[in-house]
Amino acid sequence: MQEMQKIEDQTAGPKTGLWGWMDRRTGVDALLRSALYEPIPGGARFAYVFGSGLLFIFISQVITGIFLALYYVPSADHAHTTVAYITKAVTAGSFLRSLHAYGASAMVIVLLLHLSQTYIYAAYKGPREILWVSGCVLFALVLGMAFTGYLLPWDQRAYFATAVGTNAASEVPLIGETLKRFMRGGTEMGTLTISRFFVAHVFFIPACIFALVASHISLFRKAGAAGPPDEDPYEPKKKTELFYPRQVLMDLSLTALLIVGLGSLCFFAPMQLGPAANPADAQYIPRPEWYYLPIFQWLKYWHGAASVVGILLIPMVLVLGIVALPFFDRSIERRPWKRPIAMGAYGFVSLALLGLGLRSQYLDNHDPGVAQQLAKQKAEEQEYMRKPFETELSSATLAAANVALADPEGAKGKEIFESLSCNACHGDGGVGTAAAPALVGIKAKHSPDQVAALFKHPTAKMTAGGMPPIDLPPDDLKALIAYVESLK
Amino acid sequence: MCAVNSEGLTSKSTTAEPSRQNRRSFLGALLAVGSAVVGALLSVPLVRFALFPLIRQTTDTKKSPVGSVSEFASLAEPAMRTIQIEQIDGWRKTVSEKAVYITKDRRDQLCVLSSICPHLGCTVPWNKEKKQFICPCHGGTFSVDGSRVSGPSQRGMDTLETSVEDGKLLVRFEYFRQLVSDKEVVG
Repeated sequence: MQEMQKIEDQTAGPKTGLWGWMDRRTGVDALLRSALYEPIPGGARFAYVFGSGLLFIFISQVITGIFLALYYVPSADHAHTTVAYITKAVTAGSFLRSLHAYGASAMVIVLLLHLSQTYIYAAYKGPREILWVSGCVLFALVLGMAFTGYLLPWDQRAYFATAVGTNAASEVPLIGETLKRFMRGGTEMGTLTISRFFVAHVFFIPACIFALVASHISLFRKAGAAGPPDEDPYEPKKKTELFYPRQVLMDLSLTALLIVGLGSLCFFAPMQLGPAANPADAQYIPRPEWYYLPIFQWLKYWHGAASVVGILLIPMVLVLGIVALPFFDRSIERRPWKRPIAMGAYGFVSLALLGLGLRSQYLDNHDPGVAQQLAKQKAEEQEYMRKPFETELSSATLAAANVALADPEGAKGKEIFESLSCNACHGDGGVGTAAAPALVGIKAKHSPDQVAALFKHPTAKMTAGGMPPIDLPPDDLKALIAYVESLK
Repeated sequence: MCAVNSEGLTSKSTTAEPSRQNRRSFLGALLAVGSAVVGALLSVPLVRFALFPLIRQTTDTKKSPVGSVSEFASLAEPAMRTIQIEQIDGWRKTVSEKAVYITKDRRDQLCVLSSICPHLGCTVPWNKEKKQFICPCHGGTFSVDGSRVSGPSQRGMDTLETSVEDGKLLVRFEYFRQLVSDKEVVG
């Protein structure tokens, strides 16, 4: 303790000048000191860099996500077009989208490393139980972000992977079907699914992550760093070091590695976008992102009555076991080599996940039919990426013209509409002008018979506005009414 | 993040170990500058992404084909054509139809008139008998080249920008403010 006091005295300086004024107004100096002069028992280590690495990626995901929302539209009609626009048309769009998509994978990798370090160092043990639990919830939330974000581009890969993912939810006994419908916003995947996933991805889960990251850091500072596992728990012998400068430099080296690694990946091998989702494509073979492959493979082994065990019971026991770990693993021992059960379980679960993932990959590669289809899907993606961006034709504007073209009676009606100069006052396509009201949507207000009656005998108000009675042969009148009723 | 924060260390002066403190101050300044530079570099793609609509044109009205020039060579009176107007609006495009008149101006050159009355926006038909454009709404009349003859309109019918490509007459459709004497593009 005396040593700590000495270090703190050394680092405290007089607060003069602009910085001093700023500190007196905001307390920023004290805040920085508490952040930078956090004591690290046993000294700085590279093993501790993953937490701040995660924070860095999370901030990067938030920033790139906000910017992507400048152009993205969450609806089944426009999602794919807007992502294609971002990828193919907008300056730096492909780079930012890649940064966001690869950032998700990077987050899962660093998260696994952070979790492993905590587990191997037994840093989850008391008094850090709640810290561990909040970390577990954050892990689930990050996986939730990855799952919900994956659908948003609405290309073939996204659509079918999420169809499988949400389908898996229906395997849950009793509530499965309800759960699936809740996730999809209906029995099938559609525009409501995008809305739901978008809201979860952009509002709900990030809000939870912000709150939990704050509590995670605050709980960490309250309990303090656990220090190396081989330290004597009763009489610590290793020197305590402050967070700044050595640990800061170590943390920054991971940040630099992430920037360079992700930056080069996004620049040289940008994220692909496949053709727009086509739910009718019965041949498409969906594959999830690499971090979901073990679960994907695991689900293949369980069918029928046994699925309760494989899909519900075993994962639940595993998850509960991990979350509740600090509550039953209560010994003071933290050295990995003295915790054979804990380390054995860690090795077993890690190998099982790795094995399942590799098995899935192996099966895909060794089934000629599957391998061929997967290669075809990849080729389709590459071909789509080579095509220039195509603007989406807005459906509403051409509706009237299309109806007129598709229906001969409507087409004839359109000619009559123009030859009688109806468009002079009611506007082209019946959009309305200062002289006369719009005819668009008239179908909802008047039936064809009512329209015919109004044409023959305009009301006093219509006559006052300059509407003449229309006297046409029955066929022509019918065509004109068909056209007017078709206006949207 | 932390490196930017380390600026706070640079103001320290009185300590028991001046040389160590100087090294720390130098490192703090170096990290602060380094982070600022890296941060600025990282924000380049973000700025370019957000400023895309300033760098490139994201909204545009494409020129619409009206017909071949030869078709209008021996024009006796204004001919009405419905053109398709393709408007680019970011990632979407809208296609609408508008009626225009192909006629000849005073120097006997082809010109294209918008059929929208500059008074209140009714569609103006050509009256064959009177050889004038007569607006059915408020009776404004315009001569064969679109110039104002009489009525409430404060200017003649609006001419549209045209060009000829491969013998085809193209026109850029635009909307103009109504009820004013000068042609002023809107939307």
